[in-house]
Amino acid sequence: MPGLAIEIENLTKEYPFGFLHLKKKTSLEGLNMQVETGEVFGFIGPNGAGKSTTIKLLMRLIFPTAGSARILGKPISDVEMHRDIGYLPEQPYFYDYLTAAEVLDYFARFHDLTAADRKERVERMLKKVGLETARKIQLRKYSKGMLQRVGLAQAILHDPKVVILDEPMSGLDPVGRREVRDIILELKKDGKTVMFSTHILSDAEMLCDRVGVIVGGKLRGVGAPGTLVDMKTQGMEILFELTGASNAPLLAKTTRTGDRYRLQVAEEELYAAIEQLRAAGARILSVSQVKATLEEFFMNLVATDRAQASAVEVSGK
Amino acid sequence: MRRVGVVALNTFREAVRDRVLYNLVFFALLMMAAAIAVGQISIGIEQTVIVSLGLSAISVMGLLISVFIGVALVSKEMDKRTLYALLAKPVRRWEFLLGKFAGLVLTLAVNTAAMALGLLLVMIYVKHSLEGSDAAVLVAVYFIWLKLALIVALSLLFSCFTTPLLAILFTVGLYIVGLYVQELRNLPVEVMSPAMAAFTRWLSYLLPNFENFNVMALAAHGRAVPGALILQNTLYAVIYCAIVLTAAAAVFSRKNLK
Repeated sequence: MPGLAIEIENLTKEYPFGFLHLKKKTSLEGLNMQVETGEVFGFIGPNGAGKSTTIKLLMRLIFPTAGSARILGKPISDVEMHRDIGYLPEQPYFYDYLTAAEVLDYFARFHDLTAADRKERVERMLKKVGLETARKIQLRKYSKGMLQRVGLAQAILHDPKVVILDEPMSGLDPVGRREVRDIILELKKDGKTVMFSTHILSDAEMLCDRVGVIVGGKLRGVGAPGTLVDMKTQGMEILFELTGASNAPLLAKTTRTGDRYRLQVAEEELYAAIEQLRAAGARILSVSQVKATLEEFFMNLVATDRAQASAVEVSGK
Repeated sequence: MRRVGVVALNTFREAVRDRVLYNLVFFALLMMAAAIAVGQISIGIEQTVIVSLGLSAISVMGLLISVFIGVALVSKEMDKRTLYALLAKPVRRWEFLLGKFAGLVLTLAVNTAAMALGLLLVMIYVKHSLEGSDAAVLVAVYFIWLKLALIVALSLLFSCFTTPLLAILFTVGLYIVGLYVQELRNLPVEVMSPAMAAFTRWLSYLLPNFENFNVMALAAHGRAVPGALILQNTLYAVIYCAIVLTAAAAVFSRKNLK
């Protein structure tokens, strides 16, 4: 059984606000979560759900109100633990007076690497993230996507065992996103543990062994993307074309896109529906199963959370 | 300490690339103009005028750099979030803070030394020679550098818990008060209540004493600076900086970044 790379126990973060800082807003509430060694773990949630707060707490950029966390068995307060960790901040920004090669060399110096080793790793990383031609340009001239690549390079430069990425796909074009996905899969192949936050659910579904869903500062579910959602067929979708007019009652329930119509029916009603459509002169193009997606699971949670928040607001509690 | 050195050298590199040392061009122009003017307007007191002007310029330029860049050292990193990736490396927050301090003090050392060299060249131009007593000018420059290091430490401390604007105001305010610490000690305590007398006495020892670092009058007249004062000022600056930096590290180590 694989060991635990990240263990989070009852992690809570409250922020004081108001003129005298007497009021408190809970950004993260009693988070308990574990990431196993060697897995790709996706941390998903809407904006402001507490994803970045959790990651910043793990990186000791902010301090918890309560709770604790361990990475690779060491408490997060242990600075030496950072030798085995790579971190990409959300919307990373680096010293803009340095070039990409210089900033990577600067970060490498904190890892006790020899000059030759640093040089070799910097070159390798620049190539890996596709910045070798821009290596001598100061970062002030870099685009957001290029900075994201520099951020990714500095996170994996020292060959860490655990890589924590805060919104790694943000600001990237489709090519960049594909490259980041490939890097994450490569890290997994090399036995690294990857935890990344995202609100792009297709990325999480595609890459993650397990995902944790956080909404309103609370963890709402952890598991493999397939087990979180009800994988039972929720119905059947018929795609068809219709030439000429028809007044079949089923047509009232369809969705039209150009010349094509879509109709969703219960599984047991499928054949009857097909018969009716054929009688109406429709040409059936395809029939497919409709399953719940991670997105629907996620949207349901967000909707429930918002409904609860507004109920509290209305009741004045 | 190696990590402190890495941060310090990068801070120095930042200052150089952000063209902080361009102030030397202004200083050079000022000293050239002074060298030409002084020969015509101040017969017999060329050294006094040149040294006073030169040391004042070194002090003012150093002050501007140490206050404005000193305050920005950490606040800019927090604001632009360049600090995030760095603090995820095996580096302690106090090491980062000390590195930033050392980097700016190194920048000020290079800047001050270059201006001191310029001042000596102008002195040679005006007097056609240098004498042993002119070493007092170098001691005065050294004292300015010590004073600047203290100001950097203070601006770093203030920037750790308040906004950059307030940190600048606090640092400048404390510098101005620090120039009059001796006056605070000379207050007529006999007319005060015992509590007030004790308060002003403690306050005068608590506040940074910048007055002791000013030996411009001695240097301008070519008089030697006592060795004991050099030792005293060095120890004072080192100990005061250590205390202020310890306080800054204590605040910064518990600070939640935004």
